[in-house]
Amino acid sequence: MTKPRKQIHLAAHFPGVNNTTVWSDPRSGSHIEFDSFVRFAQVAERAKFDFLFLAEGLRLREQNGKIYDLDVVGRPDTFTILAALAAVTEKLGLTGTINSTFNEPYDVARQFATLDLLSGGRGAWNVVTSWDAFTGENFRRGGYLPKEQRYERAESFLQAANTLFDSWSGVEVLADKGTGQFLSDDAPGSFAVRDEFFDIEGHFNVPSSPQGRPVIFQAGDSDAGREFAAASADAIFSRHGTLEAGQAFYSDVKRRLPAYGRTAADLLVLPAATFVLGDTEAEAQDYAYEVRRAQVSGQTAIKFAEQLWNRDLSDYDPDGPLPAIDPLVGENTIARGRASVRINENPIDVANRWREIAAAKGLSLREVVVEVTSRQNFIGTPETVATTIDEYVQADASDGFILVPHITPDGLAEFADKVVPILQERGVFRTEYEGSTLREHLGLRVPAPRQRVGAGDRSSA
Amino acid sequence: VTIEDSFGLQTNGFQGQDHRTDQVRGRLDAVLIAARVAPKTTHIGFVPTALVTHTEPFHVSKAIATLDYVSKGRAGVRAQISGRAVESDHFGRRHIPEFEPKDIGTVEVTELITELFDEAGEYVEIVRRLWDSWEDDAEIRDAATGRFIDREKLHYIDFHGKYLSVKGPSIVPRPPQGQPIVAALAHSTIPYRFAARSSDVVFVTPTDSRSAAEIVAQVGVEQALAGRARQRLHVFADLVVFLDTEAESGADRKNRLDRLDGAAYASDAHIFTGSAAQLADLLAAWQQAGITGYRLRPGSLPDDLATIGRSLVPELQSRGLFRTAYEATTLRGLLGLERPANRYAPAILEGASS
Repeated sequence: MTKPRKQIHLAAHFPGVNNTTVWSDPRSGSHIEFDSFVRFAQVAERAKFDFLFLAEGLRLREQNGKIYDLDVVGRPDTFTILAALAAVTEKLGLTGTINSTFNEPYDVARQFATLDLLSGGRGAWNVVTSWDAFTGENFRRGGYLPKEQRYERAESFLQAANTLFDSWSGVEVLADKGTGQFLSDDAPGSFAVRDEFFDIEGHFNVPSSPQGRPVIFQAGDSDAGREFAAASADAIFSRHGTLEAGQAFYSDVKRRLPAYGRTAADLLVLPAATFVLGDTEAEAQDYAYEVRRAQVSGQTAIKFAEQLWNRDLSDYDPDGPLPAIDPLVGENTIARGRASVRINENPIDVANRWREIAAAKGLSLREVVVEVTSRQNFIGTPETVATTIDEYVQADASDGFILVPHITPDGLAEFADKVVPILQERGVFRTEYEGSTLREHLGLRVPAPRQRVGAGDRSSA
Repeated sequence: VTIEDSFGLQTNGFQGQDHRTDQVRGRLDAVLIAARVAPKTTHIGFVPTALVTHTEPFHVSKAIATLDYVSKGRAGVRAQISGRAVESDHFGRRHIPEFEPKDIGTVEVTELITELFDEAGEYVEIVRRLWDSWEDDAEIRDAATGRFIDREKLHYIDFHGKYLSVKGPSIVPRPPQGQPIVAALAHSTIPYRFAARSSDVVFVTPTDSRSAAEIVAQVGVEQALAGRARQRLHVFADLVVFLDTEAESGADRKNRLDRLDGAAYASDAHIFTGSAAQLADLLAAWQQAGITGYRLRPGSLPDDLATIGRSLVPELQSRGLFRTAYEATTLRGLLGLERPANRYAPAILEGASS
């Protein structure tokens, strides 16, 4: 018997504040106005995508001591946009990235529980952490968390939030006009959490949602991040471009699940992916190169090189050779607010690799950056892109993809109109939504509520 | 529309919980309710409650700025403190001692309340500075120079207060109204002071024309002390209304609900029962006392809200006391407030004014 073909999960990432977006393209619209989000979400829902994904950043990026101005700058508040999108969509999941470092469990759990109720069970939380004093300057908490504690606190934070999500089991609200009873329980939402990071107790005041809890995403790639995901997440937002890297990551995280009493179906692997489509392979390749050149201008190339070299390279010519001097090793003082460059592990090795590429292909500084920072995953005709995506999923390199278009908000439409029908024809992507909650779209179980604190006697009576 | 909120279960008591199962308990985050409803409406303003004692001004500032984008200029926020011990236990970061109504006026409780409102004052200042931290035309998308923004038009707010410090700038560009509306509910001097310093609309709870005039005078004094005497500050009176319908008088409805509840309904605001015409008389009289608007709290839903629309509004319109069509598309516009200049933008000099 042959193995049944896996169903692909697809999601749409509203582009954030990096150089993926070609904002200089005349088709590029606002990243702030709500109409852009409505159009983007409605294209995704028309194509029966699983969910929409929003990233978050809590301090504007800086380089050389100044606010970075070459990419899209600014974005609206995640929770507010997702709650508003619940009004203009019916089935699409709504995933928001929310930092656990600069928040408290009670407040974040309330906002996600609210989003989940207001959307009829379509909410999801991408849990991220930070140890960044630079971002902390925007918060009363400051950047108080040592780096090595960030996953411990995030794990603790998430468990506290889950305790709050589970504190209402779903049977409390009667609203019985005949008897005058509103509640079945005189102390709903009872909870207590005491651990190294939190000492909180009382009553959560948001009833439970149709999907029990919001879906939990995790985005870190470190060993601690993978372990965190295996223990507690429903899906991983990863970045593994090639088939082999994807397969290695996929098997690594799924292998960690049994230790937590979980199965492979309990954790989805959903990498971010870009795409460039053309009528022929050659046309797609040409257009992809043009997009790369637009994403990496000469100025942007210098900035990327500075992030690696950890030095001011503003006097260098992007069309000339790479700097002959070596990068400065240690804490990155040039670029701030970028998780990717806070500490470059082996900058001298990376610089030497860049030099080898430049020498082998005769490339300028800019051309090297175009080459090495390329994150273009799927380039081709709709037919070949559909085939490649299907191959990746069937070969267990992922369970689907979170697509990031380079034009906002209409860049997703071409994929929705041309690639999705091919996947549907091949029977690997839904033609209608079967369920209404995000857990149903993703094939995830509704988690069983845990033992409730202090209310066990009453609720079991 | 205003939307209430709290970080704990509703209660009839002052602190803690009352364990009642016959009244509504549980509520959703008010800002997110407003965001969920805003795209379905076109003119009405939204003023959800944001609790300031345990939250981050950076988060609330960007949430309300975003609500302003989502609603195309119809956002406001009511800043509310949380003085209940049970709510502080939900956060576990600072302990707020338990106190009862009889303790109000003692030195300890006065100090606590003063501190919470002073902190709220810093909070609103941060929220407002963040709203201004991008100039209106900061996003330039200048392909020729490769710059998406003109960073000279983004500003660090560098707020360092007694309670809070925030660097800025916001991650959200300046909202459509420039400054969304800030509101506060106030019943006594300390909150009047906070409202007079920080808000555009203060909700107050007079019981008659005379107390309305006294409150308006007190708010005016605090406004002058805050150096804002020349700025427009709306004083809205809160009223709970049970209105007469053909089927049932407002007084009968209130009595019926009181019997069902087993106790007479009590409120911080004046409870009105009677006809739409009598209510219009009252609103007109309090207006003479200096009240500039009203927040009507329907005594029962949907009956009293429907009657407000069906009977009271036409009554006020026929007297020339209420709009017959929306005269503006923003909440500031509906309140007669200009879109303010940005505090960080260089002033535009008028050369011919000398």
